[in-house]
Amino acid sequence: MFEITPTEWTAIELSLRVAAVATLVATPLGVALAWLLARRDFWGKSLLDALLHLPLVLPPVVTGYLLLLTFGRRGLVGGWLADYLGIVFAFRWTGAALACGVMAFPLLVRPIRLSIEAVDQRLEQAAETLGAAPWRVFATVTLPLALPGVLAGMVLGFAKALGEFGATITFVSNIPGQTQTISSAIYSLIQTPDGDAAALRLVVVSVVMAVAALIGAEWFARRAVLRLHGN
Amino acid sequence: MLRVDVTKQLGEFTLAASFASEGRVTGLFGASGAGKTSLINMIAGLLRPDRGTIAIDGEMLDDTAKAVHVPAWRRRIGYVFQDARLFPHLDVAENLDYGRRMNRLGDDSEQRRRVAELLDIGHLLDRRPGKLSGGERQRVALGRALLSKPRLLLLDEPLGSLDEGRRAEILPYLVRLRDEARIPMVYVSHDPAELRQLATQIVMLHRGRVTAFGGVKVMTG
Repeated sequence: MFEITPTEWTAIELSLRVAAVATLVATPLGVALAWLLARRDFWGKSLLDALLHLPLVLPPVVTGYLLLLTFGRRGLVGGWLADYLGIVFAFRWTGAALACGVMAFPLLVRPIRLSIEAVDQRLEQAAETLGAAPWRVFATVTLPLALPGVLAGMVLGFAKALGEFGATITFVSNIPGQTQTISSAIYSLIQTPDGDAAALRLVVVSVVMAVAALIGAEWFARRAVLRLHGN
Repeated sequence: MLRVDVTKQLGEFTLAASFASEGRVTGLFGASGAGKTSLINMIAGLLRPDRGTIAIDGEMLDDTAKAVHVPAWRRRIGYVFQDARLFPHLDVAENLDYGRRMNRLGDDSEQRRRVAELLDIGHLLDRRPGKLSGGERQRVALGRALLSKPRLLLLDEPLGSLDEGRRAEILPYLVRLRDEARIPMVYVSHDPAELRQLATQIVMLHRGRVTAFGGVKVMTG
């Protein structure tokens, strides 16, 4: 009953790879955006903020379809990327990573933004008077102090990416070994007559990974408080 | 030589200050709300004047007419804030070393030793700021500013957040600093007694305007 079969392992391994790649690519972007939203005022800021949160409130199937229209083989961006850079998203694991990254992005950015906002700007001023150029202020003061928030965001984003289903299956379908993540594997299994046991095994795996991620995020958040108080 | 001639509108408050100072320690004296902090924030480059000029030793740091504004990080002006502002994620040694790293200065162990001795902070080096007393924190902040080798040192009520006993503890260090460090200072305070001990020249500020300038005697007038 608790023996995990090779097909299930493939789905677990693919999910981990997709979530890891999505998180690693999304993090630098997320940090940049979080900093922009936390520290700068500019025209269209609330629009950007709304756009960022869109994947959280749109039906995932809509996000997936929009991705298909944009990044599909004949999509505006997808066609260009395929022709000039040889990067194909449609029906590949890379597409699953893209879909998961987009869906996880709001969850990843939020803790980072909050932790950057919590960094005392007077410390940044002090750094400036000590000769630190703006990017070095960011690298030596803002980012280290916000680091626990960045890690919390990464953990949350990773957990979300791990469980993403709607946008992924819409964008890249459900091909075993190619785009079949844990979620889509469970979905297939519960529609197969004898799939219950296998589905249950994957459910247990998902629950364990999600709980671990939440505990991890909480732990990083508590570290952030300690760090800001200088102990 | 520090020359300041600026105006700045801050909400309802107008700051219009003009003075030139050659003294070793220029005391910026005035009640709270007189605009002292805004004025030295402008000297530091953290605040931009609406109009006017700021120059040190003939080098223009701000000249609004020519759109000159040297950013704070290029001014080489040290700043000791009332609330120390040590970096909580760095220990004392790393805090002290920060300005040297940012200005890409060579390692100067002799100066490091001298400053640590002058301020009596040698035994604190591996501690985090969270584990320091208020007086210790302020001494480290002073050392951190000094070790960035500034050409001018701004001190904004460095004793303001300390109680009576702690003030008496720090004041002698400041006197030694004035006599030994050979860095011109601008010292902000609302306490005439403090300035009498430290300042060689006084700029008196009242509601955003310079109302008197001269020796420490102007504070009695």
